[in-house]
Amino acid sequence: MKVGVISVQGAVPEHLHMSRVALDAMGRKGEAIAVRRLDDLRSVDCLIIPGGESTTISKLLRKFGLFADIVAMGMDGVPIMGTCAGCVLLAKKGGEQAERTGTELLGLMDMSVDRNAFGRQRESFEAPLEIEGLNDPFPGVFIRAPMITSAWGSCRVMCRHQGEAVMARQDNVLAMSFHPELTGDPRMHQMLFSLV
Amino acid sequence: MTFKLDLSGLRHGTELVKRGFAKMQQGGVVMDVTNAEQAKIAEEAGAVAVMALERVPADIRAQGGVARMADPVKVLEIMDSVTIPVMAKCRIGHFVEAQVLESLGVDMIDESEVLTPADPFMHVVKQGFTVPFVCGARDLGEALRRIDEGAAMVRTKGEPGTGNIIEAVRHQRMIMGKVRELKGKDDAELAVIARQIEAPFYLVKEVAGMQRLPVINFAAGGVATPADAALMMQLGSDGVFVGSGIFKSNDPEVRAKAIVEAVTHYDDPKVIAEVSRGLGEAMHGIEISTLTKEQRMQERGW
Repeated sequence: MKVGVISVQGAVPEHLHMSRVALDAMGRKGEAIAVRRLDDLRSVDCLIIPGGESTTISKLLRKFGLFADIVAMGMDGVPIMGTCAGCVLLAKKGGEQAERTGTELLGLMDMSVDRNAFGRQRESFEAPLEIEGLNDPFPGVFIRAPMITSAWGSCRVMCRHQGEAVMARQDNVLAMSFHPELTGDPRMHQMLFSLV
Repeated sequence: MTFKLDLSGLRHGTELVKRGFAKMQQGGVVMDVTNAEQAKIAEEAGAVAVMALERVPADIRAQGGVARMADPVKVLEIMDSVTIPVMAKCRIGHFVEAQVLESLGVDMIDESEVLTPADPFMHVVKQGFTVPFVCGARDLGEALRRIDEGAAMVRTKGEPGTGNIIEAVRHQRMIMGKVRELKGKDDAELAVIARQIEAPFYLVKEVAGMQRLPVINFAAGGVATPADAALMMQLGSDGVFVGSGIFKSNDPEVRAKAIVEAVTHYDDPKVIAEVSRGLGEAMHGIEISTLTKEQRMQERGW
């Protein structure tokens, strides 16, 4: 299996590392590569869109010609996981901040996501999460995190924190407002790879 | 689901959350801005964060006098104008300026040699803060002393406000050269080096094993062109701060975008060539040897 991590800006090394840990834990052969060019993008079996700044990542995906291909891959059923900024970009609708900055979204999931919904960095936090399909809590790391404000159609909320939706799945696409790549826990990555 | 979630486990300002913030800035450009209009230009160009200032380093250098934390009105104006993170500078050792910036809600504090130092003995003890700090360093020992105090990110000091990249290159090479030197050494040898570079042994040992700093390391101090930014990335920086280089140039909007793109594609000369075309004049710049020791901001802090 070839895992691609979109590498225009953000927590790329952490996702590459966690992908390798998850592949090992599953006993699956595979590699994880940083994706910045179209030929790299077209070669992968699944894709991770990391955390970072969604305004920056969106502009650079468009600028370097990756945007349309990511959308096409998502529609074709290639498993994709977006964390934090990646979660924002997967949404059909952004909130006020995404509109104000004219941030273009990939729109692969029937959900609305508000950026920085828990506050600024001072309000960033760690908290254990109860996630559908996992037997034990997952260590949630929220950094200027977004929130899923509504989900419709076949988009299903998989986790709430204090009543707010922080993870969703729509068929082959997973989105979470927290950062599994910063923990030592590979279960989110394993969940993605199990869809390949 | 049946298990009970313990919400008392909700924790703010942990090392993971503070260092994690810096990790989200990787591969990005942080730009110095002095008003809302510049902040919007930076955001539009693809900056990952802005540094809110009253004066850019080149002007601080030109005007002299004591440089202090920016007026809260200025910081709040900039925070209101953009959605990306906002950083601000406090003086070295001035923990009350840091408390003020934290209370304003800035996302990261730069304890910076660009401002006039406030404490002749100590840097700010940074562990107690919820907000993360970035600090400058000229070599590995200095970087590790800052990390030991709680810095969640470090950057080269370079020589701010000069538009001259040589000092940032010097500091990056000093840091990375020493990191490589630690490889394969045993504990006794590492203890000797820890004493030599005046850094805690536990951090020297961690760096020896990881073969990199345990926090994100940006380039800063003298970046003026897309090629400067890409040079620092090729030397192993995780991202770039641009101070005076953007808004002291002829065409800030175009230059800001060009530097962002050069940082993403730092190892692709074709892209750097493309974005470097017709940028207009870069900031004029200063030859380092014309500065006296007292005029060199990098000498501030220890």
